[in-house]
Amino acid sequence: MVASLREYRAKIKSTQATKKITRAMELIAASRIIKAQQQAAAAAPYARELTRAVSAVATFANVDHPLTTESEDPSRAAVLVITSDRGLAGAYSSSVLKESERLREKLRGEGKEVDLYVAGRKAVNYFSFRQQPVVEAWTGFSDRPKYSDAREIGNTLVAAFNVDPDADTPSGSSDDDDAVDPARAVDELHIVFTRFKSMLTQTPEVIRLLPLEVVEGEEPPAEDELLPLYEFEPSATEVLDALLPRYVNSRIYFCLLQASASELAARQRAMKSATDNADDLIQKYTRVANQARQAGITQEISEIVGGANALADANAASE
Amino acid sequence: MAEETTLHVELVAADRVVWSGEATSVIARTVEGDVGILRDHAPMLSLLADGVVEVQTEDGETWVAAVDDGFLSVALNRVSILSEDAEMSHDIDLERAKQELEQAKQAGSDDEEAQEAVRRAQARIRAVERSA
Repeated sequence: MVASLREYRAKIKSTQATKKITRAMELIAASRIIKAQQQAAAAAPYARELTRAVSAVATFANVDHPLTTESEDPSRAAVLVITSDRGLAGAYSSSVLKESERLREKLRGEGKEVDLYVAGRKAVNYFSFRQQPVVEAWTGFSDRPKYSDAREIGNTLVAAFNVDPDADTPSGSSDDDDAVDPARAVDELHIVFTRFKSMLTQTPEVIRLLPLEVVEGEEPPAEDELLPLYEFEPSATEVLDALLPRYVNSRIYFCLLQASASELAARQRAMKSATDNADDLIQKYTRVANQARQAGITQEISEIVGGANALADANAASE
Repeated sequence: MAEETTLHVELVAADRVVWSGEATSVIARTVEGDVGILRDHAPMLSLLADGVVEVQTEDGETWVAAVDDGFLSVALNRVSILSEDAEMSHDIDLERAKQELEQAKQAGSDDEEAQEAVRRAQARIRAVERSA
């Protein structure tokens, strides 16, 4: 009895220690979410201005750009999966990965090869465990992405997209069965990330970034704000050439920021329920321990009483 | 009245707004050369070269910023300067910028990235000197 009482006490202690950790993580995540949201708000003006500029060029200069033209016969798609570097965030990473598996199935169903690009250690582990080749991986910034991270990813992806499209053989269907040729251009780029809807809901989402189709801004320009007739320097094509990759980078940055806010929110929630569970456990163990202690005491009393009675009986017999 | 003599200027970096306010003139370096913008400038969208942007505010103050290549868009007396990385001159540490220039120069001038680093460092130093 005494031994099990000690056991319960040890369990209570260790649960309390765990609770302290999860509680601290919860608080850290909560304060970081605010920072992540501020970061997202700070990035909004750039995205807005860039969107405005892109739509200005797109409206007034009828230029075809490789980044905006649909491939006639898309045979290869790149998928960028954005997950977290660390776990302890509930189902955050696994729901993104599930979504990306679904997207891969769908793309394969359409006869496209899928190139994987991943951000976040969780996705790297997931795919390397399943021995699925990943074209490129980036890690180490999932909960605090910087613009330079987005730029790095964006440049790689745009480069993959821009591999000389004329080098492709025109017949796509026969290509599909061929071995993977890393030099071939991808025709589409999809991003799987988690959109931060509110503190309570974050949903994994897929967007198709390339070829760019709709120029969607965070907020559409006001109706009365007519776009003026711009002069382009040096030329509309060159401006567009420089603008579009940046636009892609800024979209990726947006996704990274959303993902980081979602990750933190998911972590906060997971840690909150862990803390609550620890509370429940502590309560349960405390009750059991009390019971065990009480049982021990009761037993001791009955032993003493029994012993005293036996002594009294023995004394009475000897008299 | 003030509204009719000034431009609304926004200097925006990728992750924050570096400066925004009313100004009487903006001087920036585009790929085709320096351009000065006053009120009622024709709408324009142009590429910036690594360099210095000067903003003259209504009260005669001059703000100088170093930008790495980005865009300048002018329309309806709104000037937006977009750059992935922009810094106001008073935020730049001159000593550090000079050190970086030295490092960048030593790193070699043959590859494009190194040259870009040199240009950027030079632009930052120029920005500080211009504002002094």
